[in-house]
Amino acid sequence: MIRKVLIPLSEEEVAPRFDLAAEVLLAELEEDGRIVQEKVLILPEPSAERLCHMVMTERAHTVICGGIEEEVFDYLTWKGIAVIDDVIGLASVVLRRWADGRLKSGDRVATNSSTKPN
Amino acid sequence: MSGKSPKTVKAQSAPNNAIDFYRLLNEVPLGVLILDRRRRVLFCNHALEAIVGITAAVAQGLACRHVMRSRACLTECPAAKGYLSENVCFETDLINRDRKRIPVRCTLAPIFDAENRPAGFIETVEDLRPLKEHGEKVSQAYRFGNVVGQSRQMEKLFRIVPVIAQSDASVLITGETGTGKDMLAETLHHESERAKGPFVKINCGALPETLLESELFGHVKGAFTGAGENKQGRFYLAHNGTLYLTEIGDLPLTLQVKLLTFLDDKIVFPLGATKGFAADVRVVAATHRDLERMVRDGRFRQDLFFRLNVLRLHIPPLREREGDVRLLLDHYLNFFARKTHRSVAGFAPRALSILLDYDYPGNVRELRNIIEYAVNVAREGKILPKHLPAYLSEARESIRPSGAAAEAVLPPPAELEVDVVSVAGEGSWPMAERRLILEALVKAKGSRQQAALRLGWARSTLWRKMKHYGMDQS
Repeated sequence: MIRKVLIPLSEEEVAPRFDLAAEVLLAELEEDGRIVQEKVLILPEPSAERLCHMVMTERAHTVICGGIEEEVFDYLTWKGIAVIDDVIGLASVVLRRWADGRLKSGDRVATNSSTKPN
Repeated sequence: MSGKSPKTVKAQSAPNNAIDFYRLLNEVPLGVLILDRRRRVLFCNHALEAIVGITAAVAQGLACRHVMRSRACLTECPAAKGYLSENVCFETDLINRDRKRIPVRCTLAPIFDAENRPAGFIETVEDLRPLKEHGEKVSQAYRFGNVVGQSRQMEKLFRIVPVIAQSDASVLITGETGTGKDMLAETLHHESERAKGPFVKINCGALPETLLESELFGHVKGAFTGAGENKQGRFYLAHNGTLYLTEIGDLPLTLQVKLLTFLDDKIVFPLGATKGFAADVRVVAATHRDLERMVRDGRFRQDLFFRLNVLRLHIPPLREREGDVRLLLDHYLNFFARKTHRSVAGFAPRALSILLDYDYPGNVRELRNIIEYAVNVAREGKILPKHLPAYLSEARESIRPSGAAAEAVLPPPAELEVDVVSVAGEGSWPMAERRLILEALVKAKGSRQQAALRLGWARSTLWRKMKHYGMDQS
């Protein structure tokens, strides 16, 4: 089964805040963790509501993000979306780690010049 | 300060004694963050740990934006260029590890090394939640329930309302139309020990006498033609609660007797019933009429008046409430801007002057309607004169006629004055008609009969239109 994950971006990193991200990385993975498709979508303006709508319309199974408000977090989990929040790191590395089943909330993963790895 | 920062500084007065700077900062009740030139965290104190929900050990080395997660970090970081020429202070919000959005005030200042070269930044972070909560309470300070006011007259009223609410005696509320009699009655109920019971309202002026009696006291099957079933009256429905009789001045004399009997015996006899039931009901009555005068004219029973007049609350008209117009303008502007999601920022001076000069014959209800109209028309920015109902400017001009020309324009008969002043600049017919009715009522001193005559309508037409515009509920 294909798994879809959405990661709000701030340049190449996971955006520190879900509601202030104007770009998202949308990736599709095979069950074995192989990434079959990656695309970056740009929003007209940062908006938690718009992102939530995108999560639903793109049928993402998982959202990986930095800070997220409780109300938005509850909404997404209520909709059956897995939310891994409070994640810091380069989106590509975070995605790889998630694909390997090694990512959890609160992880600080590698890194660019200004983020410290775990 | 790049790389590893010094944990100690030398105090000028005691050059040989080093002070543990970080330990000192941990005692500061304000969140403190020390950053290097690349805005990586070197240190955060205990207060900041509590605000953002991350320990100093975890935060150390991380980019500031990942620790603070503030809106300013991500949209307009003042230190983005790597240096600051002076301190900056800004309000923003952050999302902490508990997923709570916290309003904060940040002050960011540059740090220089011994050679006066930029070495990093120090940021203080103040949690504004207690202030905001206090602000919300302050903004509710000038109110009691839903009644808003800060004038001397209203303060006096607010002082006495809690006392009256705790008593179980009947209350008479008087005041012009639109002053908030209904709101005050409801507030009295909610502040009383009957708050958990029902609050039942009935307009004594809205129903013909026979229907009103049945509505108030109920009837039994077969009491009159068409009474096919038993009906419980409002007194029954208000058992253990409050019955609010609005427009008590319009209560027919026969029903006044019946109401007086209830107030004395606390027993309700439905129409056609031989047995009564004891209703535990507190009666609150209201009217915009001059009941003393009605008593003198024989249109209101003196004994009932005395019975109701024991506890009396008079709401002054808005024109007599010094300072309340401004408060209510701001109150309703905020209320409607929030409700309609409009970013209306306030009043332009000219619009404010028009609003403050107007004497609001329709009182708070009229003011509220004007602001609702203005917020809807303005949509954003400031409220300008063009966003206000045109009759406000017209009324202003009509108040200050100048010279012979003005005399020639103003029609001498009072009846015509209403029409000319009100309708001329009106935006929509329903508003113009509403205004017309209000002015006719004011000129007729509240007499619907006289007002209908002035307007050239039947009394029933006036009643129907007043009901349509919600003007019969004060």
